[in-house]
Amino acid sequence: MAFRGFRILRAVPNLDYFRFHKLCFAISIFLCVASVVSLATRGLNFGVDFAGGILIEARKTTPVDMAAVRAKVNALNLGDISLQEFGGPTDILLRVQSQGDEKAEMAAVQKIRETLGSEFSYERVEVVGPRVGKELIRDGVLAIVFALAGIMAYMAFRFSWRAGLSGVVAILHDCLTTVGLFSVMGLQFDLNTVAAVVTIAGFSINDTVVIDDRIRENTRLYKTMDFRELINLSVNQTMARTLMTNGLVLLSTVALLVFGGPLLFGLSFALLWGVIAGTYSTIYVAAPMEWYLAARGRAHVSAAEAEGAHTHS
Amino acid sequence: MLYFPKWKIIAILTVIVLGVLYSIPSITPRSFLDTLPDWLPKRSVTLGLDLQGGLHLLMHVEVDSVIKERLDSIVEGVRAELRKANVLYRNLGLRGQAVSVTINRPEDIQRARDIVAQIETGTNVTIEGDRLTIAFTEQTIRDIKSAVVSQSAEIVRLRIDETGTKDPTIQRQGDDRILLQLPGVNDPERIKRLLNTTAKMTFHLMCDQPSDGNNIPVGCFQAASGEAQRDGRNLPTDYVLRRRVEVSGDRLVDAQPSFDQRTGEPVVSFRFDRQGAKQFGDVTVANVNKPFAIVLDNKVISAPVIREPIMGGSGQISGNFQVKEAQDLALLLRAGALPAPVTFLEERTVGPDLGSDSIYAGTIACIIGYALIVLLMIAAYGVFGIVANIALLLNLSFTLAIMAAFGATLTLPGIAGMVLGLAMAVDANVLIYERMREESDRGRSVFPAVDAAFQRAYGTILDSNVTTLIAGILLYIFGSGPVRGFAVTLAIGIICSMFTAVTATKLMCFAWVSWLKPKTLPV
Repeated sequence: MAFRGFRILRAVPNLDYFRFHKLCFAISIFLCVASVVSLATRGLNFGVDFAGGILIEARKTTPVDMAAVRAKVNALNLGDISLQEFGGPTDILLRVQSQGDEKAEMAAVQKIRETLGSEFSYERVEVVGPRVGKELIRDGVLAIVFALAGIMAYMAFRFSWRAGLSGVVAILHDCLTTVGLFSVMGLQFDLNTVAAVVTIAGFSINDTVVIDDRIRENTRLYKTMDFRELINLSVNQTMARTLMTNGLVLLSTVALLVFGGPLLFGLSFALLWGVIAGTYSTIYVAAPMEWYLAARGRAHVSAAEAEGAHTHS
Repeated sequence: MLYFPKWKIIAILTVIVLGVLYSIPSITPRSFLDTLPDWLPKRSVTLGLDLQGGLHLLMHVEVDSVIKERLDSIVEGVRAELRKANVLYRNLGLRGQAVSVTINRPEDIQRARDIVAQIETGTNVTIEGDRLTIAFTEQTIRDIKSAVVSQSAEIVRLRIDETGTKDPTIQRQGDDRILLQLPGVNDPERIKRLLNTTAKMTFHLMCDQPSDGNNIPVGCFQAASGEAQRDGRNLPTDYVLRRRVEVSGDRLVDAQPSFDQRTGEPVVSFRFDRQGAKQFGDVTVANVNKPFAIVLDNKVISAPVIREPIMGGSGQISGNFQVKEAQDLALLLRAGALPAPVTFLEERTVGPDLGSDSIYAGTIACIIGYALIVLLMIAAYGVFGIVANIALLLNLSFTLAIMAAFGATLTLPGIAGMVLGLAMAVDANVLIYERMREESDRGRSVFPAVDAAFQRAYGTILDSNVTTLIAGILLYIFGSGPVRGFAVTLAIGIICSMFTAVTATKLMCFAWVSWLKPKTLPV
């Protein structure tokens, strides 16, 4: 077998990831604060899933006269409506604000169906009452909080509480900036976006665990090494894997964004940002934070803990 | 672990064959499946309504209205029983979620308490000065609610079955909700109309005493006319009827749409059970030439005059219907009345086109993404890259097979979970192969390098998978709907990758190394 695969890195790199860590901290803190500010002032462009209201995607065989449809729907006095072309001139996307309660919402959607008439075929109709919207937000937030707590507990048990805390901070960083990006760009935030945010959290934690695992292994091998150097070594040793895996995921996310169609756009856009943020946060948020938490380079502390920790072979 | 014992190889191969067999129904068209022998698995993954098209309807059962009805009947019971026992009282009525009555003479209080305690089981009577309060116990309220919701779900099922919808899913959700999922249905307004009527039908006689419009005589009530006024016939807008229910719709055994033999207009023919037929016969014998009102959900749908006694227990309702209305009314009467009204909290309809459009775009995107991964893995890791790709395919088919076997539903967020699961499976292979390179760079020869790589990488893979699995399980427990769909496929994908990306990959790599005995690693 003469064939040898290409190597994404010819040798283990020897980079110092702490060189710019203060700058990176500053950038991360800025991004998080900006996300919080944007969330507080601009809020999120909640889709009907969370805000309640009506969303209708309808199709006609001939191009739609948007002005006429708008006038007809406006005449129903349903409050804020947004009407746009969706994908092509024969397809429309109509959004109507929440009508206050479920009965009013169901009555409104019936009126809209009657007004649009039979020349439209309905591709998608979503009517969500305000009660359901609130519950979905509550359940979603609760699920994510518990999942993060579970991750932190497991990492604290397997590695150290420092690794657990740093890992969760990195996840929060990735999720928060993703949600912040949606807020800044005014992209619609719906249930699929939540699925994307959870995916990002999963991806980010996978990345962090791989490096933490190497840190633990190296702590046992090089007991006297400075913790900062040890982290650098671990990140460098896993760099080929990081570039390979994350590169592959990045490529398929781009494929999803380009070919996935309008329905998957929000999802794939969030994923794209998440892959980039997840890779960055593992190296520039989680790793330096662990170093700070370890009282700056007292390697023997981690070494002693690793000795005592439950190990496997 | 330099060698695999025979039993282990056989076990691994068996699992692989089973996994692939069970995934075949999910990835091949129906027509191909029908040509296969019957002993092969035929169950395919259920697609969620967002991928398949259909109607998703979340309903709230107004259980409180049933509690109120029950309390109202306690009020009537208290009135009757206290009168019978000559206990003087005042201020009888509902007070929040309880019935309250004030007893005039203090010496009657204990006796009154014993009387009212007998009226309904499961109630608690408390005395506060001269006032008695009768309330249901918490347990009774829970029981009533639970019974009402399951009964409602049953009636919903009957009504939906009558429409001929295939594979409906009707689930109780929480304390007072019913979730209805109807694949392929795209006329939600009809379904909603069918479920929006409780369809409580009763037969009443007209009130004898004349009413002057404002005062309704005791024992009577006013009901609006629900008869469709299409042809300009002059019909009364309201009827004053006797409260007493002569015959109840519960007694119906059948109802069918048909046409009146004389006029040809659409009607609903019905038939009572034996007791209902007797009640109906008795009333009609005693009230020839009087109008007899048919009341549906407090509206009079028609009030025909009894021309002759009807003894057979069957009759017809002519409410000036259109054909479709007669069909739907017959359907509602056949299926029975809902014990409580329902309101719709959430409706999602996906047309079959959008479903297939989004599957199409999603499939294209996934194939392109997958092709990129396959090519790059081969470019980077040669033969072992091919091994990883086989493992990846196995992971995909195992995930589908397990979902099909457990009847899990694949939704759009579910696909996101599957993609993350696949990404982690690829990562497992990358971890192993990069480790092989490291070990080989340290000067180990082929066999020890491969062996060490699997051993060392295993810990990392296990840790990252368990972390994600914990997150997935917690998301499933605490999340709802879409988050759950995501968590299920993610968890299944990760568990499968422990087998495909580690065990199966290991077997294939070892087979390659021990057969060809290469001098250098392919990676």
